[in-house]
This record gives sequence, structure tokens and C-alpha cells, in this order.
Amino acid sequence: MSDQYSTFYVGDLFFGVEVVKVQEVLRYQEMTRVPLAPDVVQGLINLRGQIVTALDMRRRLALEARSPESTPMNLVLRSDEGAVSLLVDEIGDVLEVESGSYERVPETLPAEQKQLIAGVCKLDGRLLLVLDTERAMQIQ
Amino acid sequence: MSMNEDLELTKEFLIESNENLAKVDQQMVELEKRPKDTELLASIFRTVHTVKGTCGFLGYGILEGIAHIGENILSQLRNGERDLTPPLASLILEAIDAIKTIVGNIENTQSEGDDVWHDLRARLVQEEQAIDGGPVPQFHGPAIEENEIAAAVPTPSHPIEVPATPPSPPKAKAEGESPTAKAGGSVADSTIRVDVVLLDKLMNLVGELVLARNQILQYNATQDDTNFAATSQRLNLITTELQESVMKTRMQPIGVVWNKLPRVVRDLAAACGKQIRLEMDGAETELDKTIIEAIKDPLTHIVRNCCDHGIETPQARTAKGKLAQGVLSLRAYHEGGHVNIEIFDDGGGIDPARVKAKAVEKGLLRPEQAEKMNDREAVNLVFLPGFSTAAKVSNISGRGVGMDVVKTNIEKIGGGVDLTSRPNAGTTVKIKIPLTLAIIPGLVVASGCERFVIPQVSLLELVRLEADEANKLIEKIHDTPVYRRRGSLLPIAYLNRILRLPDPADQKSVNIVVLQAEDRQFGLIVDSISDTQEIVVKPLSKQLKGLSVYAGSTIMGDGKVALILDVMGLSQRAGLSARDNNAAHNHANQIGDQNEKQTLLLFRAGSYERLAVPLALVARLEEFPKERVEHAAGRRVVQYRNQILPLVPLGEQLDGSRRDWETTEKVQVVVFSEGERSVGLVVDQIVDIVEDHVSVKRASTQHGLVGSAVVGQKVTDFIDLRAVLDSSGERLFGDGRIGLSKMVVMVVGPSALERGLVRSYVEMADCKVIEASSIEEVVDRSQRQHMDAVIAGESLSFGIRSQMPDMQLFEFGDRDSMIRSIQSLATVVAERASAKCNVRRDEVTA
Repeated sequence: MSDQYSTFYVGDLFFGVEVVKVQEVLRYQEMTRVPLAPDVVQGLINLRGQIVTALDMRRRLALEARSPESTPMNLVLRSDEGAVSLLVDEIGDVLEVESGSYERVPETLPAEQKQLIAGVCKLDGRLLLVLDTERAMQIQ
Repeated sequence: MSMNEDLELTKEFLIESNENLAKVDQQMVELEKRPKDTELLASIFRTVHTVKGTCGFLGYGILEGIAHIGENILSQLRNGERDLTPPLASLILEAIDAIKTIVGNIENTQSEGDDVWHDLRARLVQEEQAIDGGPVPQFHGPAIEENEIAAAVPTPSHPIEVPATPPSPPKAKAEGESPTAKAGGSVADSTIRVDVVLLDKLMNLVGELVLARNQILQYNATQDDTNFAATSQRLNLITTELQESVMKTRMQPIGVVWNKLPRVVRDLAAACGKQIRLEMDGAETELDKTIIEAIKDPLTHIVRNCCDHGIETPQARTAKGKLAQGVLSLRAYHEGGHVNIEIFDDGGGIDPARVKAKAVEKGLLRPEQAEKMNDREAVNLVFLPGFSTAAKVSNISGRGVGMDVVKTNIEKIGGGVDLTSRPNAGTTVKIKIPLTLAIIPGLVVASGCERFVIPQVSLLELVRLEADEANKLIEKIHDTPVYRRRGSLLPIAYLNRILRLPDPADQKSVNIVVLQAEDRQFGLIVDSISDTQEIVVKPLSKQLKGLSVYAGSTIMGDGKVALILDVMGLSQRAGLSARDNNAAHNHANQIGDQNEKQTLLLFRAGSYERLAVPLALVARLEEFPKERVEHAAGRRVVQYRNQILPLVPLGEQLDGSRRDWETTEKVQVVVFSEGERSVGLVVDQIVDIVEDHVSVKRASTQHGLVGSAVVGQKVTDFIDLRAVLDSSGERLFGDGRIGLSKMVVMVVGPSALERGLVRSYVEMADCKVIEASSIEEVVDRSQRQHMDAVIAGESLSFGIRSQMPDMQLFEFGDRDSMIRSIQSLATVVAERASAKCNVRRDEVTA
């Protein structure tokens, strides 16, 4: 048995999300800012009549801000309360990972990152961080 | 037959039963009026028969038992073997209620519930057997257990492999006996059931199509291709028509809600011993499904209220010369994009005086407010939270929750409710609601490079000021900007500042959007106003739910997202509603606030540019032409309200500046009254009336002035009325001393009139006054607020003395003792005031 992960990069972190949770991947979209909203909320996107909230993953992970010339990608996730888009630096391939080859998250990671990572998969030559999508979409 | 098919059948059965049972209530009530209407009877019979047939088929034994006996009784009626008497009608209705309950149980728990309705079944059987004839199948009797009934359902076919599933007859039998096929008839062929989720999806898709259409039309405008133009034009028409049709699929006639009202009214009338005829007009008026859901409960509540409180008993009605039977009439109609629903009863009406008295008694209203209120405003007090005039609490209504909930629920969906009443002629409640919630008209505005939509229901008017005049017209009270709109002050908020957006660079004009947030109005300054549009409201995602300034979001014609502003949330965010809007809860606090703020009259006289006197002391402001000024005993006077009003030129009193009586055409006079005596203070000009927090910053040694304070960001001198009048030789007051004191005095007494009288005396001494009607209220209030003294009616003073031994207490009873109390209070005030004054002077000199 193996699981399929849709992968992406935020800063130098390499993340994966279960393919079934991904609705679609989009290039950068124009969005409407939401004044007074938490920093993480970058804006609202019109996705074929569906209004989707875009969350900046760099802010969410407490990484340094994206340089102005690079435009992020939208990774649109399904959720019970409508779709949510995660703004990420780059989209990677879909990878097959053997089920149950997770490791626990190293305790030494910064808290903002640790709480969003469900587990770590050891791939050849690199580590895939499995995103806890529920937590990622939750902001206080 | 699989388990799945069974579930599918049960679902069908539930949907169909719920629909039919909703109708039966109304039909039964109709039938009582027209017992010979065979068609009606046949329809009721069909429904009950359908329920019986299907539930037997599905193995719901209890339900089948009740439905079966009910059906037998109905059959006797149909065959003319017996007549429909009111008790019989009640029994049938009771059986229908039981059926509904069981159907509800099946829906929620997939079982019929524990109640086997022993008593009801016994009574039904008894009724059924009351006439000779119809054979009584024994196994439907009261003693039958569920399992036996299930077993009694004939199962002629082969044995079933899974013993756990209820007996399921073969398909042929289902088709042959299923009453649905017979009952459905032609109506069933022309309608189908559609899931609301599917309709919502269609609605979204149409919204998308509209956007795509808009883009094509825009593109078309830049093209010369006539073929393309024609095609896009056709696309335009079809899209519009499609949009309207899809909208219509969500519409339901209001009759869906009204259907259950005849039963409600019948039961209530029976319970209260009243005779009520229900008239309904416009049941076909259509509304969006969500709105239908939202008005269901408020509507029922109003109808219950009308039956319980509105319409009188037959005896009372005949005594008044009315027909013994009361009329409750419901009317629904479209009007300008809204639906109006009127609920009218020809009962006793609402007595405005009683409502006012009740509101004052409950502390929802101050006595002075009540006096100023007209009858129409008064009857609408019933919508205040915690209000109920019913002398006794019945189980129908009168618990004091209800009408306020009705109002909030209707306002929640963007509607409004108004009540009018004529004594002995009846009461009309008028509800105005939008056709749909999904699409609302909104005003599109821009601020800080972003677009926002303001729902049109909150919009009152738009004001545009040129930039250079705006600086003058938007004034400031402390830091709060206000705008004078037709003589009254409108608080102003800046959308940019509320949302922390950048201010616009240089504006040629200032746009004020005047908005209504519940009971208060305010002006919202935006960078620009574009136009009004019909917008499709979409909820915000959970990440943004906490932001009270937004009501939702929408997609604009160009495909971009815009936020919809929540007017109530904005006003709270802007700090315009620091006083909580819940009148009942915070009434006490409101009084506190008002007492801290003083309303001041500002005017000019002599060399003083800005003088003030508390407005509470002023009786009237008058303007007399100079011809009316006459001389009497060496003084200037005018004839005023059948009196001779002595005039005191304030300028002369303050700095000896001579007033030129000849050149000024008009004389501005501030009139002070005490009892029957009045004095007019002549000022050069009335400047303004302001409400502000006042703290005397500097005591004055100048004759005629109490001190100076900052009012509206300018230094203002407060006149010492007593000193001015004393030196002019006019006497207005007794021995009370007037000074700016901050004493808090509570006036307690059961009579609002008496309290009002005492209040005016105490206020003359410039104390803050709080009123209370009972000892409990005094004790309660004293725990929350500092008080210097209590003035109480004789009857209450003993109680207060025993509960609050340390409090300065004075009595008022008859007029003499009241004056004595005030005088002794005035002495206390004077002592404290001079002590405070000395302290202040020390501070100044230091």
C-alpha cells in the first residue's frame, strides 16, 4: 500500500498533502484584501463563483516574507466549510510514499512549524513534511 | 429486497407523510365549517389511508393502528353514518397529532418511539364503536403489541432469508396496493421533488454565467463584428431569463407557513373560550425558501398573541356592541421589491397609556420619555425586551419573551415590523420583508483602493460636501467629528480609519453615507461612491467569521470579490455605540452616562464670547422684537404668556458694558422659571447647545461667574445664575444655593409624577438625579453607583433608613415637607460645594 502526496515548497521546507485533499492547483490569482483580518489571510479569490480565502503559508509558518517579484502559487484544499487556498512558493510532483513510513516530528523544530506537521517521510536524499491540513486552515 | 431499498422507501414515506399531514390540519378545520364537503372529507381520508397503507407496508405497527381506526371513523363520516361534532373533530386532530409525532420519531430515531398511545387508541376505538355498523377488526384494538401487528400484516410470499428485517411483501403487491399511485393522480405527474442543495448549486452556476456574460458584453463593445454582437445579445437575454427562472425555483408561496395557522387559531380559540374567524388573503404570495423558514416562528407568535391578548371573549365583545365572533385576518402582498404581511385583529387594541405605565414600571423607560412619546411610539414599546402587558402569565403567551424575539428575527433577515392599534377597533402588525436573502440591493463604495458594498436596507441618504467647505461643516466635539444635518448632530466615522486603510491623497469632495444602525444613525465617510447593484450574498469563510465589520462577500461584475459591510458592526467598531444597544439590560447604565454628560446652552454677552449655563435650568429661549420691550418700575420688561417678564441684561451684570437697546432689532432672551416666577436673561447671541462632559477646571473670582471649563475644545465661562440675579435685584430662587456640584441624589417614590416634581427641584440645585421606584432598586443601585443622598417618599423612608443607615436621607411628602427636604439638602450641597471650591482655589493659587 502506498499513499499519494501532492508536494510543494515553502521557503526551504518540502511539504506534502494527501492528493485526495487537493481540489486544484492554480497560478497566482488577483485577490481582494480583507482589512482587519489576521495577517495570515492574504485575501479572497473568486474561484469560478466560489469565494475562497487565501492563506499565506510563509506567514503561517513564521518564515520571512516572500520577495515582491516572486508570485506564489495557489494550492486549493477541500474542507467541510468550503475550499481554502494555501499560498506556497512552488508546486512539486505528486509522489508515492509507502504507507506507514512516517516518523514523528523532531522536537527541535520551531513551534509554528512543528504544530502544522503531521509527520515526516524519509525519501531518497530528502525529507517530506506531511502537512496537517486541518491545523493549517485553522487560525485564531 | 435489500436494506437499502427499505431505507429509500422509508425516506419517501416520510417526505410524503410530512407534506400530506401539514395539509390535513387545515382541511380538518375547514371541514368543521363545511361538514358536508365530500371532496374535502375524501382528501383527508386519502391522506390518512395513505399513511396507514405505507406504514403497514414498512412495518410500523403503532402508527398503522392509529391511522387505521382514524380511517374507519373518517369512513363512517364519509358514508354519512355519523356527523362531525366538535369533540369528534378534536379527537381526529389528536390522532393526527399522534401520527405526526410518530412520523417525527421515525425521522429522528428510525423507530416509532416508546409510547404506544394506549389511551388515545382506546378512545378512538370507543368512538369508532359508538355507532353500529362498521366491522371492528379486533387486532387493531388497544391491547395489541407492536410485534403482533407486524405479524398480522399478511406475508403470503416465500420466506425471507434475513429474519431481522421487517416483513416485506413482494413487489407486485406493493404496486397493486400502494395508495400513492391512486392518490397522486395528475398533480404528481407534473411536479418532481428537487433537493435544495441542487437548487443552490444551480443558483451559483447561474451567478457564474452572469459574470461570463458581463465579460462577453464588455468585450463585444470593443468589437465591430455584427454576428458576434447578435450572438452576445441573445446570450444576454437567455442568461437574464435563466437567472429569473432559477430564482423562481427557490420561491415558495407563503401559504406553506399559513397552512398550520387555522389549527393554531382553532385550538387557541377553544382554549381561551373565544370565537375567532381566520381570514387569509394572498396565500399565493411567493418568498424565498430561507425567508419562509425564518418568518415561520415570528408569524405564529404574533397570531398567538392576537388570539390571546387581542380578541376579547364573546361576552366582552357583545357588551361593546361587536359581533361575538372576532376576526383575525392575514394579508400578504408584494410592494416594491418587498413582501408585506399584515396581521389584523378586531379586538380590544392596545392601550398606549397602559403600555407606557408598564414600561416605566419595568424600568424600560424614564417617565419624562414616556410623556413625550406619542401613541404610535408607545404601542411599539411592546417590542422591547422584557416587556409583557398580560396581567397573568398564560401558557399561550405572556412570558415577556416573544415580541422582542419576533422583532429581532425579522430584522435579522433585513425586514421590519410595525404595530398600529386603535382602542376597541383592533391591532395591525405589519411585517415588511425582502423577497430573497440571496440577492440584495447594495451601494458600492470605495475606500483606500478597495471596493465595499453597503446593504441598501441600512442606507438613509448620501451627502456630498466640497473639500473646502467640508472642513468647516464637519465639526469636532472633543475628538469626535460630527456633521450638522438639518439641525441635528450626526456622528461621523471614517471607513478608512475603521479599517486601517490609507487615507486618500487629495480629495475634491467628501462623501458621507448616512446609515441607520438599529436605533441610531451615523455618517460614514468613504473615498467615493459608485452605484447601486443587485449583489449575490456569499458567507465568509470560518477564518474570517470573527470580523464583525463584514456581513459577507460577493462577486462583482468584473469577477473580483468585494466585501459586504455590516453596518451594526461598523458602528460598534467606530465606538459610536459605546452604550450597549440592549435597552432593558443597560437602562441603568444609560442613565449613568447621561448624568455624567451635561447639556449646556452656549451664548455670548458683553465682552464674554463663550458663556454657558446648564440647559436643564433653562425654561425657554425667546426672541422679542425691540418694540415689545417696555418699562415698568424702572426696569425693562416684556409681556410674556400673560405675565410680565423682567429682563436682565447679562452683559451689564458681568462687566458693566452698556447694552444698546435702540440699535438691535431683536432681543435674545434666555428664560428661567421657578414656580410662577420667570426672569429673562438678555444675551447678545445664542451660540449653540452642546452635550459634553464638564469638569470645572478653574474656579472664578469674577462676579457672576462660577468658573471656567473646556467645552467643545474651547474655554467656556459658566455663569452663576444666582449671583447675576441677586445683583440685578430679581429674585427667582428660594434659599437654595446654585453651584456646579457633582452631588448624586436618588429620588425614590412610587409615583412617577411626584418623582418628576422632586427631580426638577433637585436639579435646580444642580445635582445629578437618579430615579427609583422601590427600595430594592435603591439598594441595588447604591451597590453599583456612588450616591450622596436619597430623597424618599414618606412611605419608603423608614425602609431605606433601616437598610441603609449611613445614607443621607430626606423625605418628601406634601409640598411643605418637600421644600424643607430640598432646603436641607441644599445646605448640604452648599457646604460640600464650598469645601470643594476652597480646595480648588488652593490648587489654583498653589
